[in-house]
Amino acid sequence: MAEIEGGGGGKKKGGKPHGKKLSTRVDFTPMVDLGFLLITFFMLTTSLNKPKTMELNMPVKEKPDDITAVKVSQTVTVLLTGNNQVMYYFSDPVTLDPMTPQITDFSAGGIRPMLLRENKKRVPNIDSIQVYKDLYKVSRMTEIDMKANIARLKADVEGLIVIIKADENAKFSNIVDILDEMLICNIGRYAIVDISDPEIELIKSSAASLKTAGTVNN
Amino acid sequence: MAKVKVPRKSTSVDMTAMTDVAFLLLTFFMLATQFKPDEPVQVITPASVAEIPLPDVDVMLITISNDNKVFFDLQGEHYKKTLLERMGVKYSIVFTEDEKTKFSQMSSFGLPIAQLKQYINLSPDKRGSFPSAGIPCDSLQNELGDWVWQSRLTNNSFRVAIKGDRDVSYPTIKQVINTLQDKDVNRFNFITSMESAQ
Repeated sequence: MAEIEGGGGGKKKGGKPHGKKLSTRVDFTPMVDLGFLLITFFMLTTSLNKPKTMELNMPVKEKPDDITAVKVSQTVTVLLTGNNQVMYYFSDPVTLDPMTPQITDFSAGGIRPMLLRENKKRVPNIDSIQVYKDLYKVSRMTEIDMKANIARLKADVEGLIVIIKADENAKFSNIVDILDEMLICNIGRYAIVDISDPEIELIKSSAASLKTAGTVNN
Repeated sequence: MAKVKVPRKSTSVDMTAMTDVAFLLLTFFMLATQFKPDEPVQVITPASVAEIPLPDVDVMLITISNDNKVFFDLQGEHYKKTLLERMGVKYSIVFTEDEKTKFSQMSSFGLPIAQLKQYINLSPDKRGSFPSAGIPCDSLQNELGDWVWQSRLTNNSFRVAIKGDRDVSYPTIKQVINTLQDKDVNRFNFITSMESAQ
């Protein structure tokens, strides 16, 4: 195909009548065809990018004496309530009663600004994590140093503690989303905890109040 | 005006260089490829910004489909054989050597152990149409816990990866996590896909 031989060998007039000189050139086109066919096949079957994972550590079960006491003022409770909604509330430091819950979602403008703000309030130098990462990028800091520094900042005793509770309408993607926010907001201390009855009531009542508010608006 | 004579050029192209490139790429893809294991269910993993890659070896994979069924898989044919043997002893089901070999070559399965023998003896292309009930993991009958525990007895360096569909409901996830915690697995990974640029 790609080779159109302009007349074979053995055409020199007056030369010795030696046998026809065969061209040593081989047409590679079918071989290329085959090569690309196989490439296509392997490209389609291959899974080059390894699946990414997110690590989760759960506490060891059934050790009530291991429970760490934390300050109520440090914690925020996040309730995952299905419909990709998320509700969070702080607790009153004195009476321990939950304060009015806020309803938001997982978008960048949802729960993230609150988490960032609250964490920064408690750990003012949390932003240096980005500085460490930048330093590592321009190779002015070793990876070990960077990780140690970040781990130190994340484990700050004063840092925000997020208590994640999901009700039965929550989906797996909601769990991953909220864990993602922990990663983005550099929150080192969080736990997934079973939801309690008062909180289920709280979700119900605020869903109801939302509904009535909706009808009023209409 | 005289006709301009365009010299006829040969249409022949040297294909050698192209062959070289093609085969170089081919070699690369052949070496880099890992055949996608055929999965009994299609699972759409949730997106996240997490960047920890899944380890290549010693992974215990728990798949949860969007209809809340649980599937189990273990890496390493050798380990799977031992695992089936141990499970057989525990549930007093005798598996033949042939069945163990077939089991070790299988991908994820989601069946109560009572149906497993029947499933193993199906030809691979018929397994897809076999109705998968999911591995029971409720408090009444927790076979998943046994699978996890026996796998850990086989090789203790297994990492547990949970691959859940984004629509799996939370109670199912909680059940699986509780099962894992009961078996002293307190560190595990959620498999996620890369988040698209925000």
